Amino acid sequence: SGLNHYAISLQEDLNKKMLDGLLEFVKKSAASFWCRDDDWMSRMRASEIPTAALVLGVNMPDHTITFESMTELLHDSLTPFVASVQAKECTAMKQLMQKVLQRLMGTNVMVDEDEAEADLGFHTRDCPQKRVNCSLSALCDWYQSATKKSPVKSPRKRLSSSQSEFLQSPPVVVIFRDLEAFSPQVLQDFILVCSQYVHQLPLVFIFGIATSPSTIQRMLPHSVSSLLCIELFQSLSCTQHLATIIDKLFLTSKFHFKFSAKVLQVLVGIFLYHDFSVCNFIKGLQLSLLEHFHSQPLSVLCCHKQEALVHAQQLNDRDVERIQQLPSFMRYVEEQVPEEQVQLLTSSEHVKGVCQKLLKSLHKYHKNFYPALRCLHVLTSILPKYPLGKQIRELYVLCLEKKVWETQEYDSAMQLIRMLAKDELVTCLQKCVEILTFCKSKKLKKYTLYASTIKCINHLHHPYSSFNYSFQTLLEMKECRRTRRKTPYEILRNAVVDYIDNLVKTHLYPPESQPLYEVWYYSSSGTVRRHLNATPRTSIQTALSHPYCYLQNDSGIISSAAPDICIIYKLHLECGRLINLYDWLEAYATVATAAEGKDPSAIEGGKVDELKHARFIRAVSELEFLGFVKSTKQKTDHVARLTWGGC
Amino acid sequence: MSPAKRAAEVSGLYVRFVGDAEVLEHIVERREGAKVPKGSVQKLLALKEDQGPQECEGSVGEQDYLDALGTGATAGEEDGGGGGGGSSGPGGSAVFTFQTAKRSHKMAQMASEMARAPGRTVTFCSPGSPEAAGSPSRGSRGAAGETRTPPKGRKVRFVSSTPHRLRKRLAAPNLRSESDSDLSPSHSEDEEDDDEEEREEKEELREAELTTPSKVAAAALYRTPAKKPKKGLEPSLVEEYFTAHASSKVTTSDRTLQKLQTPKLDQETLARLLDGKPSSYADEINQLNKEHEKFFSKWMLQLQLGFNVLLYGLGSKKPLLERFRTSRLLGVTHLVVNGFFPSITLKSILNSITVEVLEHQGSFRSPVEQMDFIMKSLRQDPSLQVYLVIHNIDGPMLRSEKTQQALGQLASLTNVHVLASIDHINAPLVWDQAKLSLFNWLWYETTTYLPYAEETSYENSLLVQQSGALALSSLTHVLRSLTPNARGIFRLLAEFQLESRDNPSYSGLSFQEFYQRCREAFLVNSDVTLRTQLTEFRDHKLIRTKKGADSVEYLLIPVDPATLTDFLEKEDAQ
Repeated sequence: SGLNHYAISLQEDLNKKMLDGLLEFVKKSAASFWCRDDDWMSRMRASEIPTAALVLGVNMPDHTITFESMTELLHDSLTPFVASVQAKECTAMKQLMQKVLQRLMGTNVMVDEDEAEADLGFHTRDCPQKRVNCSLSALCDWYQSATKKSPVKSPRKRLSSSQSEFLQSPPVVVIFRDLEAFSPQVLQDFILVCSQYVHQLPLVFIFGIATSPSTIQRMLPHSVSSLLCIELFQSLSCTQHLATIIDKLFLTSKFHFKFSAKVLQVLVGIFLYHDFSVCNFIKGLQLSLLEHFHSQPLSVLCCHKQEALVHAQQLNDRDVERIQQLPSFMRYVEEQVPEEQVQLLTSSEHVKGVCQKLLKSLHKYHKNFYPALRCLHVLTSILPKYPLGKQIRELYVLCLEKKVWETQEYDSAMQLIRMLAKDELVTCLQKCVEILTFCKSKKLKKYTLYASTIKCINHLHHPYSSFNYSFQTLLEMKECRRTRRKTPYEILRNAVVDYIDNLVKTHLYPPESQPLYEVWYYSSSGTVRRHLNATPRTSIQTALSHPYCYLQNDSGIISSAAPDICIIYKLHLECGRLINLYDWLEAYATVATAAEGKDPSAIEGGKVDELKHARFIRAVSELEFLGFVKSTKQKTDHVARLTWGGC
Repeated sequence: MSPAKRAAEVSGLYVRFVGDAEVLEHIVERREGAKVPKGSVQKLLALKEDQGPQECEGSVGEQDYLDALGTGATAGEEDGGGGGGGSSGPGGSAVFTFQTAKRSHKMAQMASEMARAPGRTVTFCSPGSPEAAGSPSRGSRGAAGETRTPPKGRKVRFVSSTPHRLRKRLAAPNLRSESDSDLSPSHSEDEEDDDEEEREEKEELREAELTTPSKVAAAALYRTPAKKPKKGLEPSLVEEYFTAHASSKVTTSDRTLQKLQTPKLDQETLARLLDGKPSSYADEINQLNKEHEKFFSKWMLQLQLGFNVLLYGLGSKKPLLERFRTSRLLGVTHLVVNGFFPSITLKSILNSITVEVLEHQGSFRSPVEQMDFIMKSLRQDPSLQVYLVIHNIDGPMLRSEKTQQALGQLASLTNVHVLASIDHINAPLVWDQAKLSLFNWLWYETTTYLPYAEETSYENSLLVQQSGALALSSLTHVLRSLTPNARGIFRLLAEFQLESRDNPSYSGLSFQEFYQRCREAFLVNSDVTLRTQLTEFRDHKLIRTKKGADSVEYLLIPVDPATLTDFLEKEDAQ
């Protein structure tokens, strides 16, 4: 249970990170409202409604969080009048109006007026235009009274300050969450009506757009869109978003839970090929966290180093046994000298000690792994054709899978680096130094080893960069190049590449090579795929056509007959569009009789015993229930087949 | 011209005898607009009768031909051809029947193939293992011999029963062309069939080889049941679809269930017959279900952590969920929804939440308002944890967009935990991306192989005789709440319908006549009164009105005669 708390806290942390990113974006857009409010008067005269168009990407469900936090933020810092509407709720002008009013007025506990409003709408339903005008003017009245009242009460400090600065009237924000789904006519009407009231009501629209900003032009004719003063905001694309998440959560030694290459591939695959949903990716992460801590008892060691060492000391005998059975630990044992091997297999105290040692080295390994990975990525991501992948996650997966330096792509990448121009190489190396110094500052206290490597690269880098920038050396180098001798630059470049190569070979070992890696790494990609990306229909059809996959008893014997529904299903596969029930029944009876060990030829002549008839009926209605057949009136006693190509 | 040709086809004997003169005579007479003289025709007939009775058809055809000389030339030729071959073979419709017989035969063939197939599966999957008790004797013989070719003694029988489709499925392209022709309704079917019969014998060995891969595929599936075994056959499956849908003509046999001694069983008999009959797989199925029960604690944990659990896979998942409920949910607030129930509505689900869970007594104007109320009250009280167990969230009544949206909104609340099951193969289509994110499903495959006893009992299956018990009770219930006059009106209609139960063309009682009868019985005094009464009946679905061809309204009670008789008897008894 302690593990779960840990898992949950990590999840929360994770969500917070994502929200932070979103909040930043929202703040940016909110800030722009302030700017716009500055010249409010001039805008108002032109009777244009200030509008923010937010391009958010195609995955609509992910936007919910964005909008929620945006509403909250606006509410807290700018205006109490925020109404957010979805296309689903507003199929007609009347409903849209109603929703907007409800949400605006409802926030200030003015239900009575809202009720009256609704009633009024009801009475004048036969002339909708009049009703709309009437209700919006009611909103104006309400707004007047509300702004007069609020400075007196003014529960929000920032609100009152803003009121003193800006016109004493906070803007009324209407958020259209999914612009594409709105009916253009409704939207046009609403905008037209609102533009009439823009003098009395400081309206601001926010359009949530999933596709592209040109949607606005497509949906609204020029006469309407000219009433809007549109400003465009582009959110981070979802792939960037994913990259940030992977970067913050996996490419760091701060969090100890890791994915194996396969799991990461499955989750990224779902993201890229199914939904583009960062939320779903996080759901997958949550699921695998849960699975890892639920199914792997040794995951107790997957925490901060000090805690892990304490936990390792407290391991009970069963856990020690589990450690001894870990494949990576067994490999480690095999590498030891015989006396040590005996010790490791017999003394649990010794195992605990070794375990602590191994855990330390595991932590150390990860501390070195990620900076090395980043350095390599910085160098390879600028190469033409991206031999090691454009995104760092691709390189990461590659490094998780195998020794990266043994691949062909790595060789070609190294060759390309050896041909880099100096300014490119210098910028890359500067980035590398940044990465390495960033790590260094954190761990200098304990990891002198790594610090020395950093010094080494600094040493390599500094003289090089200093002479590089001097004009004279440049000239010198050009001359050297002319003479076809190796320039100092080339020598240095080769040295750098060799150094990087060395860095990779010492630090980018795949995690499988580390003893006890199972404690940190979650590797059951199948489970993740089955739970997130299930294929129910395939499962049903497999169960029907190959019942032995599921029905196996201990002895491994498969009894002769298949369940009724499987027989019925197989028979139905032989038929065309329509199936004659009588023939079906007869065929079924033949099979069933044979399964009972009797001669199937005995049942000729339309005599089917009642029990078989009943079983047949049940199986057919089950197939109907599952959606394989349906009853039809085309011919008496026939059913229509509904599926094709499944067997 | 054609008379001579045609006559030559029928028989060379009387070509001259029919003669130009007679033909000319006919033609001349037709031109004059007079009737064909009986004499000449009779002469013709008399001559033909000499040829034997089977030629009669031909002669009639000839006469027709002669009558419609100008236009019917080709028709006559065809007719003649039919007559010529007619003595031995059937006409077009007969070919059709033959073909359908073949089709139905195919299923029978498949059946007999399968009847011996299980035995072979045993031998393949567990060679050397002891035979299962119930396996057919042939199967054990096959096991002993370790061979997949059927024993010689049986050969003739099974050779002819090799299923065409099976071969097609297994198969190489050269086989496909052959089975394609067997799909198209061509008249060369019989020769080809003979051909096939011969070829089949040759292919006996080869077929045995072909069978092997499919078995291997099946064996390979032990490890990865989710994987589909075949990829390469995709195109032929596509072809199969289009061949089946290309023509509107359907080729199936005309046999109906009337041929059975007990054409329809009612629901009760069905339940009685199936009850207590253990499946042959009881052990394996039990074991499978025990496996699923191991997930219970994990489900509970995941539900509490904000996921919702969705079960899929073949077999009823109701017992499994029920066991989960009884073992884990007894102490907590939970609500069971039977999605397969034909009259479940969103309103009833929401009502039980507001009334039973939230103990709210007020009523709501609309489901939206009710939803808002539920969401608000559940948000306000985070300590209240509600577990929703939904059997068949894909049930016919829950499929609508609005219902799923509402359920999704419920599921997205942090203190509502949903555990649901789906069965329909297209069930995932109910949810779009937005709803999926609301539900936050974790999918679990739980194939149980348990019969869908309760789920299917509500379906109006073709095969199940509706007992009418429900109809009868609803009739009496509604009628009891009506005035005596109204009951009389209904009774009048019922009696009339029973009187004419033997008349197959009875389409109902016309309104005018009904009105007359009601007046005579002093039940109504104006047709307006009767109409109001009828509207009430119609609202309760007691009667149905139909506009006849003469645009007169006909009234009908949509209940079968037996139920109606029962009803009248019950009424009389009161």
